[in-house]
Amino acid sequence: MGSHEVDDAAEVYSSDAAACTQAQISDEIAQLHGEYQRTLDRTGAPEAQPRLDFAPYRSSILRHPTKDLRHTDPETIELVSPAFGHRDVAEIESDLTIQHNGEPLGERMIVTGRVLDGEGHPVRGQLVEIWQANSAGRYIHKRDQHPAPIDPNFTGVGRCITGDDGTYRFTTIKPGAYPWKNHLNAWRPAHIHFSLFGNAFTQRIATQMYFPGDPLFPLDPIYQSIRDQSARDRLVASYDHELTSPEWSLGYRWDIVLTGSGKTWAEPEGDEHE
Amino acid sequence: MSEAPVTQIGTGRKPLPPTPGQTVGPFFGYALPFERGSELVDRAHPGAIRLHGVVYDGAGTPVPDAIVEIWQADADGSIAQETGSLKRDGFTFTGFGRAPVDNVGRYTFTTVNPGPTSPGSAPFIAVAVFARGLMNRLFTRIYLPEGGEALASDALLGALEPERRDTLVATRDADGGLRFDIRLQGEGETVFLDFEGR
Repeated sequence: MGSHEVDDAAEVYSSDAAACTQAQISDEIAQLHGEYQRTLDRTGAPEAQPRLDFAPYRSSILRHPTKDLRHTDPETIELVSPAFGHRDVAEIESDLTIQHNGEPLGERMIVTGRVLDGEGHPVRGQLVEIWQANSAGRYIHKRDQHPAPIDPNFTGVGRCITGDDGTYRFTTIKPGAYPWKNHLNAWRPAHIHFSLFGNAFTQRIATQMYFPGDPLFPLDPIYQSIRDQSARDRLVASYDHELTSPEWSLGYRWDIVLTGSGKTWAEPEGDEHE
Repeated sequence: MSEAPVTQIGTGRKPLPPTPGQTVGPFFGYALPFERGSELVDRAHPGAIRLHGVVYDGAGTPVPDAIVEIWQADADGSIAQETGSLKRDGFTFTGFGRAPVDNVGRYTFTTVNPGPTSPGSAPFIAVAVFARGLMNRLFTRIYLPEGGEALASDALLGALEPERRDTLVATRDADGGLRFDIRLQGEGETVFLDFEGR
């Protein structure tokens, strides 16, 4: 797409204007997905990531690079990740339900899974950060003007350090869906934001975890910016009854696979568990 | 304990399909920034410099809801593997920093000039950019302007047209600081990187 077209589109659709209907947004999504399907049929090469240029998400129109990302081999510093550990994160930060004096409202749940590299090896001792809306769909953030109640017992921020097998684990409450102004009557499916580090800086990623069976999936231009169905499915946690604990909380499982390292995995040096 | 790879899903030669990225959205401001996140060194540290710039969108408007991360070697080119970025003790150089931009799109770090990580290589700072409206994080590099020969022989820079190449080289402020603007789109668009297969 030439820059001229981008400018035109930006004039028509400024972000946060709630200018278009859901039907218009859904038509645009269908068109971009149709193009992808035709390419996939021809090339057989699925897209693993969201499209940076995805106009149905209006805020992306002026914020996506128009030039192709430049392929380069990662070098030295990029082949290593910043180190984090228990010095950085207190144990209590993985439980979002005990950060205040009382219990937050909503469905209590455990969210757990493993952080892995592309070969299935665990990403050990790394930082996982999450943030989310409360059970009414409200963020503790001054920009969030959704007239849903703030929960004085819920902030919605958590951190943890992965275990030796790459496991992370959070106790939280299920976030609510919330409205936004991308278009008229736009609602985000319930989600938890995740920020992840791998064994190399090239594996750094931020993403969102969703819940199975959400009826808002087909309508959401952020989720649908990933045009490949199986790639979209990889952002959806599974309900796991084994994780559910009687009289206490529901359990969801979600594994995360990082890529982009290009480095051969090796057992960490001087690992005391060897 | 010896950890076997996850054989039930990683048996084949084929790598596991990656988890896709998603935008950080508008509400990361109460979650991702942390105290002294932008201070890789104390301002009183000998060799401390200001690294700063503005994140712009395709209309040339500053982006007020972006967050920038840097990851770099120490002044002598050594790569730290020290924990403690989130709880800075004021002495340990961890090499990692995170700075949300302000209302006018400006980010600021206090850091040091990175040294070359191998003899003769051009020193650079690795960067990841996140923003509302940005579907996935973007990687780029901040090269120091004084690289000379090393800059000329750098594999990435050498393969770029001059005006694109210039987007990756910081300018030196009179006070010794580094200025590096990030243009997400349009004229002077920053070169962003892809480290995966061609």
